[in-house]
Amino acid sequence: MIAQSVNYAHSVDEAFLFILIVSVFFLVLITGLIITFIIKYNRKKNPKPTNIHGNLPLEILWTIIPTVLVLIMFWYGWTGYKEITSPPDDSMEIDVTAQMWVWKFTYKNGITSDSLYIPVNRPVKAHLTSLDVNHSFYIPEFRIKKDVIPGRKNFTWFIADKVGKYQILCAEYCGLNHSYMLNKVIVLTADEFSIWMQEKLNEKNNQDTVSADNINNQSVAK
Amino acid sequence: MSSETTHVSYLEYQGRYKGLRGWIFSTDHKRIGIMYLIAATVFFAAGVVFGFLMRLELLYPGKTIVSAQTYNTFFTLHGVIMIFLFVIPGLPAIFGNFFLPILIGAKDVAFPRLNLLSWWLYVIGGALVLLSILLPGGPADTGWTFYIPYSVRTGTNVIFTVFAAFILGFSSILTGINFVTTIHRLRAPGMGWFKMPLFTWSLYATAWIQVLATPIIGITLLLIVVERVFGVGLFDPALGGDPVLFQHLFWIYSHPAVYIMILPAMGVVSEIIPVFAHRTIFGYKFIAFSSLAIAVFGSLVWAHHMFAAGMSDFGQFVFSLLTFLVAIPSAIKVFNWTATLYKGSISLEPPMAFALAFIFLFSIGGLTGVMQGALSVDIHITDTSFIVAHFHYVMFGGTGFGVFAALHYWLPKMFGRMYNKKAAYSAFWFLFIGFNVLYFPMFIMGWLGMPRRYYDYLPEYTIYHQISTVGSWILITGLIIMFTNLYLSLKRGKKVTARNIWGGETLEWQIETPPTYENFEEIPLITEGPYEYKDNDQDILEEKEVV
Repeated sequence: MIAQSVNYAHSVDEAFLFILIVSVFFLVLITGLIITFIIKYNRKKNPKPTNIHGNLPLEILWTIIPTVLVLIMFWYGWTGYKEITSPPDDSMEIDVTAQMWVWKFTYKNGITSDSLYIPVNRPVKAHLTSLDVNHSFYIPEFRIKKDVIPGRKNFTWFIADKVGKYQILCAEYCGLNHSYMLNKVIVLTADEFSIWMQEKLNEKNNQDTVSADNINNQSVAK
Repeated sequence: MSSETTHVSYLEYQGRYKGLRGWIFSTDHKRIGIMYLIAATVFFAAGVVFGFLMRLELLYPGKTIVSAQTYNTFFTLHGVIMIFLFVIPGLPAIFGNFFLPILIGAKDVAFPRLNLLSWWLYVIGGALVLLSILLPGGPADTGWTFYIPYSVRTGTNVIFTVFAAFILGFSSILTGINFVTTIHRLRAPGMGWFKMPLFTWSLYATAWIQVLATPIIGITLLLIVVERVFGVGLFDPALGGDPVLFQHLFWIYSHPAVYIMILPAMGVVSEIIPVFAHRTIFGYKFIAFSSLAIAVFGSLVWAHHMFAAGMSDFGQFVFSLLTFLVAIPSAIKVFNWTATLYKGSISLEPPMAFALAFIFLFSIGGLTGVMQGALSVDIHITDTSFIVAHFHYVMFGGTGFGVFAALHYWLPKMFGRMYNKKAAYSAFWFLFIGFNVLYFPMFIMGWLGMPRRYYDYLPEYTIYHQISTVGSWILITGLIIMFTNLYLSLKRGKKVTARNIWGGETLEWQIETPPTYENFEEIPLITEGPYEYKDNDQDILEEKEVV
């Protein structure tokens, strides 16, 4: 298991674990039976085979049991998926722009960043836009992945519940540097986040003044 | 025709042409089967080389042997060659062609010349793929899925490769039409539907998918041409098209194609297990109908490849549900095969070893497929190496081992020569162990978040990649032993003239080894099912008579 760092990670892992246990049970059952039969009904030990054409109750049984099990699995997956696709209305909204082969994150106040800085325990809704080809926004520790497709408005959301740094990867093949289209999510405490945001804002204001000065100087020179 | 020529083996039969032309212009279903075998083996070898090079590149993080661009063309070529040139045509075109007419008591397929045309289209398509490697621009670097818009933007020879897939599609459609017609019209007198061998049932289900699903990939290609030439926006967002529409159309064909790949292998396993357990198959009708159920449900689950792409909730709900349902007929097959071993008299000859390995590996492939059917889980593992592991367990552990089983089962019949069984067993163990060492680590690193189609990777995944690469070496050793052994057996293997090599009861074991040009001197009259094994009941009957 990998670290669970987001609100719904446990429900994804729970569904996975349930299917895994059922799968291992059936794999062991089938393999065990095959090995037992190979030993017990080996041609040397059992030269005289018995013809059995089938058994209707058995067929019905091993149709119904898997059907019931897969319906339970389906329901697990579906309810988990509903969680992943239903962001609360008060989510903090961030625009994620994908482009060969970089990510860019834009906050509502116009601040941009290469890494994704977010406050802990606060729902974040990420709007995904691509400027060129298909990409996929993937954070394994958050159990989220959503394709970023040009001309489509996809989104994803999450509540990070642990402070820390997590990997962002591109999961849809996008050409030469696909495997280098990486970055980080940096989850900060609420205070740290507002400090970071304030610094970014100051930086931006300074730059604006600087560039405004430049423009003024240029027009003077003319 | 004199009685002398009817007794000549198809290998020596002299038709209108001699030598090589006697093969490449032959309409004999058996010779066409052999020609597919030769061509598919060449393409398989090419696919293995690209796979081997990919694994070698991934031995260490960063650059190991080639650049990122070259690596990207490697996985594209590996995928295109393996899927379109080996796994899809493999069993139906090689063993289906050779044995389908024999298994139903016919002298050839319904349209022998169309059959030859299919082979030619296949070879031309394959040649185009190989040509795309040499032409300026370089081989395609899009992955075998050709997703738009990347496939439109790249400067590589994508259009060549797509066109090759188009031609190969026609080869597949023609084979499908041929098989459906053959099964409907050419069954020997007395061979009702439920007296057909199960390999025939699986070919029948496969042929229908080939006929119904393959045209869609052709139409999709034509739509790309319309878009390029007339500027009608269909898929390319730059022209106002929708890239997701392309994904839908691609998978409407390519998902059923997965069942084109696995169903015939299930058929092979259904043939082999009763022969080497020497008893009737358990649940004949359930196995036969589950093939049809897989064909029907399998055609309705394509969008489960796109759970992360963005679909309506209703779409996600339906496609996830249907994906779970398609697991059931596969499970039914596995249960029936296992039950066929019960109270049998099992002899673990090489074909049986491969067939049992098929059940184990296919079960892992199938069960991990079920994991991906669950929406919330799929969101995490889609597009990671978990998927790569899953489909190699199904396509290689399943279909690949099915092909190996078929080779060991039928090759002695086809050529009248027996391979070295000791070498066959050692090949088996190299293949089985190598396969698991190669692909199992991909499940683990996929769950941990290792995306697929990555030239480079983060240091924490190094150990899994290295185990996997070592596995590829073990696997390839097994392949070399197996193919050398089989090839040598054709040259100097022990001659086999016995008709019934393994004690099977289907029709191929009642004709000469190797088969004569006409297969049957007289078309047989069928009175029994394919796996009766009446000798098992003999003593019991006699005892009763005594009492």
